[in-house]
Amino acid sequence: MELTTIWFIVIAGLWVGYFVLEGFDFGVGILLRVLGRHEPERRAVITTIGPVWDGNEVWLIVAGGATFAAFPEWYATLFSGFYLPLFAILVALILRGVALEYRGKRDDLVWRSRMDTMITIGSVLPALLWGITFANLVRGVPIDSSHEFVGSLGSLLSPFALLGGVAFTAVFVAHGAIFLALKTTGELRQRANRFASLSGLAAAVLAVGFLAWAHGIRGDLASAVVAGVAAAALLAGLVANRFGREGWAFLGTAVAVALAVVSLFAAMFPDVMPSSLDPAWSLTTTNAASTPYTLKMLTIIAGIFTPLVLLYQGWTYWVFRKRITVEPVTVTPLSPPQPGPVS
Amino acid sequence: MDTLDLARWQFAITTVYHFFFVPVTISLVAITAGLQTAWVRTGKDKYLRLTKFYGKLFLINIAMGVVTGLVQEFQFGMNWSDYSRFVGDVFGAPLALEGLLAFFLESTFIGLWIFGWDRLPKKIHLACIWMVVLGSQLSAYFILAANSWMQNPVGFRYNAQRGRAELTDIGAVLTNKVVLVTYPHTIFAAFMVGGAFVAGVAIWHLVRRKGVDTDAFRTAMRLGAVVVIVAGAGVALSGDQQGKVMTEVQPMKMAAAEALYQTEKPASFSIFTIGTLDGSREIYSLKVPYLLSFLATGHFEDEVKGINSLQEAYEQLYGPGSYNPNIPLTYWTFRLMIGVGMASAAIAVWLLWTTRRGRAPAGWLAWVALPLPLLPLAANSFGWIFTETGRQPWLVFGLLPTASGISPGTTTSEVLTSLIGFTLLYGALAVVEVKLMFRAIRAGLDPVEPDDAPDQPDKPLSFAY
Repeated sequence: MELTTIWFIVIAGLWVGYFVLEGFDFGVGILLRVLGRHEPERRAVITTIGPVWDGNEVWLIVAGGATFAAFPEWYATLFSGFYLPLFAILVALILRGVALEYRGKRDDLVWRSRMDTMITIGSVLPALLWGITFANLVRGVPIDSSHEFVGSLGSLLSPFALLGGVAFTAVFVAHGAIFLALKTTGELRQRANRFASLSGLAAAVLAVGFLAWAHGIRGDLASAVVAGVAAAALLAGLVANRFGREGWAFLGTAVAVALAVVSLFAAMFPDVMPSSLDPAWSLTTTNAASTPYTLKMLTIIAGIFTPLVLLYQGWTYWVFRKRITVEPVTVTPLSPPQPGPVS
Repeated sequence: MDTLDLARWQFAITTVYHFFFVPVTISLVAITAGLQTAWVRTGKDKYLRLTKFYGKLFLINIAMGVVTGLVQEFQFGMNWSDYSRFVGDVFGAPLALEGLLAFFLESTFIGLWIFGWDRLPKKIHLACIWMVVLGSQLSAYFILAANSWMQNPVGFRYNAQRGRAELTDIGAVLTNKVVLVTYPHTIFAAFMVGGAFVAGVAIWHLVRRKGVDTDAFRTAMRLGAVVVIVAGAGVALSGDQQGKVMTEVQPMKMAAAEALYQTEKPASFSIFTIGTLDGSREIYSLKVPYLLSFLATGHFEDEVKGINSLQEAYEQLYGPGSYNPNIPLTYWTFRLMIGVGMASAAIAVWLLWTTRRGRAPAGWLAWVALPLPLLPLAANSFGWIFTETGRQPWLVFGLLPTASGISPGTTTSEVLTSLIGFTLLYGALAVVEVKLMFRAIRAGLDPVEPDDAPDQPDKPLSFAY
């Protein structure tokens, strides 16, 4: 297999990792105030993703860095072309990261509730915008002969792209609800389980509609089959969830997210960013790629270290495998008395 | 202002801001790991309590470092797409390696460390924070290797047909003589900040909360001061080496550091100068003879090339145009970096002396203790502003002018939007962060928790969220 193809698969794999992992913590973030009805529950909800969300987000950073290294033209056109959506994603991820880390650093409910709002906004916005971004990637955007994006923000907001955004968000919500059901106990678990069933059906309809439309635009039999299996996995996950088998349900939605992303990448291949102006101007795995020397060096290093990363990230999930129980916590309803300097 | 100016301002603001948190993170995680190691080895409560106290401050700080780092990874593509196309084959590799080798390590093991206090065996838990230290060091090395390539491009060839630089030797990029001196210089400079931070916080407690945890905070104060002094010596030695390498690979930057227009032999170093605004004519200058020759070459008598003769040489080499950086800016940031850095080390020496053998720190120190780490932090910023603006007008020295790196497709309003957006957001976050820091600092050391069985499943994660 050619190195450029291998790196196309690696990049796709990094996005798969990102969406499978951050997908559920986006979902958990979106559902924080929906399923967590009071502070102890919300704290339990946050704690399910606490040890892992940051590591999950690194998949995005590595996807960005690896694209820069392996396909500089792709990195340059994508990030400069999708300027404002990416700016919004960055702002949202900054707010979310800060809110996740800072919410527990103060003991008053007003503060925590403010942080919770930021977590929710910071989760829903990137989910929506990544969906819009990926829909546009598949659909093709105006790229000229020198690989420059020449469209406008409006050209990125077609009905198809908006459907992509909503479908991504809905799937992440269901994925997150199942993760919550898997990681909590008692009433919270049951509420998450019920919500997963409901939101899962909506997600399934939206996802099937989006994937079908996407394959109407681009793709071949193979990518369509992958998309079909993704839909089946989602449905199987929902069935498992119905029977309270949350481990299997989570596997189902994880596979669904993974295969849906794979099918989008497969539909584009060998393009990495199809041009809607002239197919000859599309960015492809060959004309966007780095030199064979760079790709070979990256392959060797990634070959050594990726298994290691998977091993220790997997170990984290193993260490924190136990369900989180809702614990009463001591918080003061308003700002606590300032411990202030002794003056 | 056009797109180029706006994009440069955005890079300057987001990067200088990001680097407020980086030195604190790099040093504070190592100091925290050291304290935890001391606890595991001695079993003394004070080390555990200091570990948790400074660990919490470290976590408040790194959260900002992580989220502002996201912008760093993306804005090359957003604002500097022609730069990305030009350098991606070379520059992308260290960035990808940083993500794969360093960021995964840091983020995963921080999660394990925060949430693992009650779930992991003591020594494994300790190993987790050392993995974070390792990750932060790897991250620093890779990103400095990438930056050093912009200062002194090596291990590549220029492909005229593709109009880009192509990697030919990754080993050369990772052992660039610039990164070999810049890495220790940056790390030592970071430890000056962390040491000053640990000491400053401890002094505040010793003075304002007399009699509360005096023993623990004395340990922290003196540890912090020693870290500042040792790191200060490291900064000076590595900085000296760096000056010589800079003279060799970027003589214009050295000349700009001194605002040396005419070649001198031997060259003197001016402590400060009053002159015209563009720095081309001086009215008064306090000079130390021979010093610049020594800083630049290691010999007191050697010649140091001036800006004018370098400008002529560069015109011959690269064609007509100005090859001068912003001279007053490089001149003053270079001096402020050295001056403020040396002042920090001097304060640490004075502090160690006045608190020897159980002497309490002076009462008035309460007023200056918390701003103390801002001195070495400012020295860090001055150093980066110097080295980055001193490279101008080049983005990649000798290869790609800054003006040619910009994204041709982005509009002024797009860049203005993100510039304003990031600036406002960063400003607001700074307020939140500093307030939280003060709150955590004021709260002081937590009492030691009773030693629970490590495997209690549902113990509330008090250290966590």
